[in-house]
Amino acid sequence: MARSVNFNPDSHHLEAEMESPIDEAAVHDSFSHLIEEQVQGFPNALEMDQLELDDEARDDVGYLVNPVMRQEECHQQGDPHIEHWSSATLRILSSMPSRTIGRSRGAIISQYYNRTMQLRRRRQSRPSIRDFSHSSRPSIRGYGGVESDLGDLHEEETKRERLVNNLQNLSVSDRVRMLRAMPLSVSEKTELRHLALWHKERSFSRSNIPCCSQFKYYLIIAARQTWYSWLSLLSSLQLWQTALKTVSGRFGTGVLSYFVFLRTLLFFNIFLFSVTGLFLVLPQAVFPPVLSNTTGLSGLELLTGGGYFTESVMFYGYYTNVTLKKDCVSKESISSTLSEVGCHGGLSYNMPLAYFFTIGGTFFVTCIILVYTMSKLFGQSFRIDKSQSILAMKVFCSWDFKVIKKTSVKLQSENISTLLKELLAEISHKKGEAPIRQRLGRISMHLLAWSMCVGSILACVFAVYYFSEYMYEEFRAKYSKSSDSPSLLALPVVVSSINLLLPGFFNIVASMEKYDSPSVRTYVSISRNLMLKVSVLGILCYHWLGRIAANPQSLVCWETFVGQELYRFLVMDFIFTVLDTFFGEFLWRLFSQKLLKRRRKPVFDIARNVLEMIYGQTLAWMGLLFTPLLPAVQIIKLICLFYMKKTSLMMNCQVPRKPWRASQMTTIFITLLCFPSFLGAAVCVTCTMWSIKPSQSCGPFRGLQTMIQSGKLWVKQLESANSNLAWLTWVHTYLVENPVIFLFLTAMIFFIVIYFHTQVVDGQRKIITLLQHQIENEGKDKKFLITKLQAIHEQSRPLSSQRIRGTSEDSSYY
Amino acid sequence: MGGSASQLPKEQLAEYQELTFLSKQEILLAHKRFNELTKDERNPPTRVPMDKILALPELKSNPFRKRICHVFSTSEVKDGSLTFEDFLDLLSAFSDSATLEIKSHYAFRIFDFDDDGTLDGGDLEKLVNCLTGDTDDTRLTQEEMRQLITNILEESDIDKDGTVNLSEFQHVISRSPDFVSSFKIVL
Repeated sequence: MARSVNFNPDSHHLEAEMESPIDEAAVHDSFSHLIEEQVQGFPNALEMDQLELDDEARDDVGYLVNPVMRQEECHQQGDPHIEHWSSATLRILSSMPSRTIGRSRGAIISQYYNRTMQLRRRRQSRPSIRDFSHSSRPSIRGYGGVESDLGDLHEEETKRERLVNNLQNLSVSDRVRMLRAMPLSVSEKTELRHLALWHKERSFSRSNIPCCSQFKYYLIIAARQTWYSWLSLLSSLQLWQTALKTVSGRFGTGVLSYFVFLRTLLFFNIFLFSVTGLFLVLPQAVFPPVLSNTTGLSGLELLTGGGYFTESVMFYGYYTNVTLKKDCVSKESISSTLSEVGCHGGLSYNMPLAYFFTIGGTFFVTCIILVYTMSKLFGQSFRIDKSQSILAMKVFCSWDFKVIKKTSVKLQSENISTLLKELLAEISHKKGEAPIRQRLGRISMHLLAWSMCVGSILACVFAVYYFSEYMYEEFRAKYSKSSDSPSLLALPVVVSSINLLLPGFFNIVASMEKYDSPSVRTYVSISRNLMLKVSVLGILCYHWLGRIAANPQSLVCWETFVGQELYRFLVMDFIFTVLDTFFGEFLWRLFSQKLLKRRRKPVFDIARNVLEMIYGQTLAWMGLLFTPLLPAVQIIKLICLFYMKKTSLMMNCQVPRKPWRASQMTTIFITLLCFPSFLGAAVCVTCTMWSIKPSQSCGPFRGLQTMIQSGKLWVKQLESANSNLAWLTWVHTYLVENPVIFLFLTAMIFFIVIYFHTQVVDGQRKIITLLQHQIENEGKDKKFLITKLQAIHEQSRPLSSQRIRGTSEDSSYY
Repeated sequence: MGGSASQLPKEQLAEYQELTFLSKQEILLAHKRFNELTKDERNPPTRVPMDKILALPELKSNPFRKRICHVFSTSEVKDGSLTFEDFLDLLSAFSDSATLEIKSHYAFRIFDFDDDGTLDGGDLEKLVNCLTGDTDDTRLTQEEMRQLITNILEESDIDKDGTVNLSEFQHVISRSPDFVSSFKIVL
């Protein structure tokens, strides 16, 4: 333990040495040098500060006399951490490299010098032998081995020069990154940068650069400038920055993660909308097809998506199956074998192909983005070393600096205090195994709760199955001509109310159970909600694709109908969310405050809200094939949702009591977005494209057996036009026709990669344990050396103190 | 150094962009807010005293506000006053794009209450008191505090010297994925 010792104001030189390491400009390269220095300096130090040590000796004779004995005593008492060091030892301790490495400027400079050296090694731009002075060139040292302990280069200036030299020789991006990462103040970094750039400019003007590499140099600079301006443009477009800051200032990082997730989904949908809008909607809107009959606009369309919207760009049925040609009268269909009819020049746009590739392309790009985000987040939150260091982590990492409001800060302090007390109680009173009866009781409670939940989910699934069949039969029987009626809204209302009410039921069931920790409770609640939504969506998919698409019978265009169904579901979901926010939060707060007289407001349920957003996004992805404009609807919905939820949050909710591990939860949510949600939608769309026959009389794929056939026909056309592309059909036949082989190969590759990574992780775990043991041993070495130093100091001290006592006694005689 | 001028010169702006983790908009906003702190004075000084910095809403209720000012201050008299560049340092370390290493480095310095380069028992006790607040019912008892400090040292002190130095601190921090998102202050 380093104690601050009070020194006499007279001994300035000692004070200078004892000051905080932040002022030390000295560079520490090795401990041995330091010990040597201190041991040499001891006799002088002793003579100069004999008075003080004498005072100390008189006051604290007990503990200074025999520190070794004292240490043993401490060990016997079981308290090895409290050591009593003398002042000289404390001086050494305070200037040890491990304590100054993060503080003194010199130490930071030498640390970063080593790093730039390593970076240069990696980038193959090592200093040439010419750059070294003669004295440091001996062949034994090896090429580039300047980082070894140079006996005469301890001054900060020389190390600084070498750091500047290294910085010069790095590429610009490396230099910028290195400068940014240095924990020095901005003024010092400015100086380093000036020196590095000035040297570089000088060296540039001296050498003759050939003009082509000069051109390349200018090109690189221009590219970098554009990149920086693009980055600043992106950051200036930070949507809702102030709103998010208000939310995080009051509620902390947990609730903020919901709004950040909302913003992420919004960006996904903007991307989807821009792609489909550009490639599908725009060309089709410019060349409208001839319509059979148009109905007038009535208010019901906004809810049902029928009526006027049926024959509009919104739905699949509007799109033609011919190649659109500009400045041309006749059009040609891809499935017909007619040759071109006197129409040359102008732009041609193959609509079915564009439709097929746009949808496929958006799904592919979304998949890549999602997998990349997920793996990045997973890498951040997965930790190799799973040892239990909960308390230290909680104490060091749990303060949320984003919280600004005074009441929230106070609440946060309360939360942390409760958490620490709970953790301490748990650790100190190790809960023994609960008696058998209690455990059996708990397990049976869990089983009962799960069976109730699963039972209710199955009941809902059957209800949806029969109800959807009934509604469809009714619709076909009564309203086969027009595609618009309010009865179409019945199924969405039923499904949305199930989605609204059942999670409440799950909460009630969960409150009966007893869980070990709040995170387990959260996970169980998320999994139950997830099961509900997946099963409901699954049964609806069967209804649409298995029932309606398989035998459309009287429906003119089943794809448009399915697209309208999805539109209705999305709109109903939004309406129910609005109602839920209004009733669930606003009225509940009034109710609980006025009638039940509770002081606490309702808590914002992050998990449930995020799952609802994921559900909405799944619907949007599923509907992309049938309704290219569905992302636009989703964009409007998300924007409204943001403002509504934010207002409701500010007015009605309070800070959650339980700590919310934001980054772990964000990883889980992105994983849920990727796996059940996106994967499910992609599987649905792929099945539709692969195996279901498109309708004969509408849409871009009319007349074909499957939607995929358009791609196949196009490949065949390419092949017939240009025989070099025969390999494309070969690839297509073997990979796409036999999906089993394809899937098998992909699965094998994935498994092998995962296995390798698991082995690497295991190896790293072992290394970490070994390193921890080694550090512990080094610590023991350090303690041993320090006690030895102390012992040397003590041995030489009694001689001088005896001398002093002698002289003082002599002086007292006179 | 750009503290008194109402507009930051362009080269200086580009330089700050290269040396800190802040974007152009953030630097300009910081400049604006920094000048607002001294807008009432006729001759605004380059170095703003600590109490004016502590009046910023982002720092006002933070229990670590004084330590933050002391850590980022480059004044010789150690009074916690900040120049504009110190202020940029502060925002850069607390920004979105700062690396984990920078954040853990400065977090360590902020938690090191006695500035001796390590977190010993006294530092840890002050840290926990800052975290739990000042009211009597949230403060930990002596017994609890002692047990907490022992447990923390047991978990994080790898070389068993009774203190947590920078490397050990960074080791603990690297295991918590929430640290980067919670160690943020945005203007």
